[in-house]
Amino acid sequence: MLDIKKIREDFPILKREVNGKPLVYLDNAATSQTPQQVIDAIVDYYQNYNANIHRGVHTLSQEATDKYEQARIKIQKHFNAAKSYEIIFTSGTTHSINLVANGFSSLIKKGDEVIVSAMEHHSNIVPWQMLCERTGAILKVIPMNLEGELLMDVYEDLLSDKTKLVFCNHISNALGTINPIEEIIEKAHAVGAAVLIDGAQAAPHLVADVQALDVDFYTCSAHKICGPTGEGMLYGKEEWLNKLPPYQGGGEMIAEVTFEKTTYADLPHKFEAGTPNICGGIAFGAALDYMNAIGFEEIAKYEHELLEYATQELLKIEGLKIYGTAKNKTSVISFNIEGVHPYDMGSILDKLGIAVRTGHHCAQPIMDFFKIPGTVRASFAFYNTKEEVDVLVQGVLKAKSMLL
Amino acid sequence: MEIKEIQEEIIDEFSMFDDWMQRYEYMIELGKSLPLIKEEFKTDDNIIKGCQSKVWVHADLEDNKLIFTADSDAIITKGIIAILIRAFSNQKPQDILDADTQFIDEIGLKEHLSPTRANGLVSMIKQLKLYAVAYQTQIEE
Repeated sequence: MLDIKKIREDFPILKREVNGKPLVYLDNAATSQTPQQVIDAIVDYYQNYNANIHRGVHTLSQEATDKYEQARIKIQKHFNAAKSYEIIFTSGTTHSINLVANGFSSLIKKGDEVIVSAMEHHSNIVPWQMLCERTGAILKVIPMNLEGELLMDVYEDLLSDKTKLVFCNHISNALGTINPIEEIIEKAHAVGAAVLIDGAQAAPHLVADVQALDVDFYTCSAHKICGPTGEGMLYGKEEWLNKLPPYQGGGEMIAEVTFEKTTYADLPHKFEAGTPNICGGIAFGAALDYMNAIGFEEIAKYEHELLEYATQELLKIEGLKIYGTAKNKTSVISFNIEGVHPYDMGSILDKLGIAVRTGHHCAQPIMDFFKIPGTVRASFAFYNTKEEVDVLVQGVLKAKSMLL
Repeated sequence: MEIKEIQEEIIDEFSMFDDWMQRYEYMIELGKSLPLIKEEFKTDDNIIKGCQSKVWVHADLEDNKLIFTADSDAIITKGIIAILIRAFSNQKPQDILDADTQFIDEIGLKEHLSPTRANGLVSMIKQLKLYAVAYQTQIEE
């Protein structure tokens, strides 16, 4: 059993008030809050050993390099990557996806096919559209049903020897659906296609074992797992990372430079041009330490309880409809009240100190699918409580009475 | 009435309320009195970009004064655009261009001015002023 009261003590921001009301933070799918342990790691870096890494012979530089590379190993162990150099530090999921999409430009030709799922975030659609525009490849989409589950039989029909890459999120940000990525990966491999899984929404709730999954690329952002913004990682199988050309040119990513020719550095530095977000990488490691100390199994169990309770209580409200009712989902509830615009609902909830997300959640195709302008999305983390669910329900009722 | 006087009137009305709920309820009421845009003008071209909800605004010039009509699919947004239109409709384009929007701050709707509201209010003001610029040019010609 998690001691939620004690856990909440770790998060200074949870003590603050918003509009004169205690903050009820239910926008965890957008970004998670930061525990003191991670804040301390950030402060410690700037107070004690801030220096550029991988180059300096002086002590500070060596200390910073050690901590940064230790963080890489923490990430490697967390995701069970075979080699630490298969973990590339990026600025986040969007950066990681662009890195892969850009790299595939040289591996894909006209007429090849790229498959994405219908429940993708914009950042997961646009890079592939750009890749297809550049190369003449064709983008295909795995459709979903009204519950927000991918139609796997259609996926099978889409796959062929033309398929070069399959891209899918592990968990949908707008609907919370946990996608059957094992099956997606296995079937893609059967036709020789590579698979990139976006774990941005999954990483806060479960641990992906990249070797067990046999996934080619996996990515996530630190700021959704109690880490800082502007930091994330891309896992890539060694053979794939060697096949992809470098993404950006600059310092750190080179072995030798003359005006005639440059040879690139080995993995992972080939993909890490310029001075990285050193503090961010170290804090990412600290965030994983924090979450692992609590335990992902316990987290998942507790969040599932919260999800069930919140679903049950919200559904008691007349006219409330939940979007995304997959059997297998995480603690995200996207909903609307009949006749109420999500923006109006969100504005009033904010006045009550409740932070939810409103709008299309950067997933317009999903909103078009359900023929709605957007939803109100409450997303729960392990530091949320049933009492906060009650505050949300009361808030929704209050907003409903004002707006209808 | 001049824009400034109307704005003062709106400030007076809002000063009667002592909490946000009353202000919002009044704003929702004001939304109901919004001079509605004709259906034929509710086109994608007339949607103000940068709002989380859809807002359509149209302007007609009558006796050298601009008459605004609008609509929105969200009730609070409808109230906001109603307040703006009440202040700026039936005014000369040049006066609209010269007017400030300080009163928004004074009626406690400042948060709608922030970029986190996806610039809804800011975009609406900008659109009203763009209409004023266009018609001012037309008058001068």
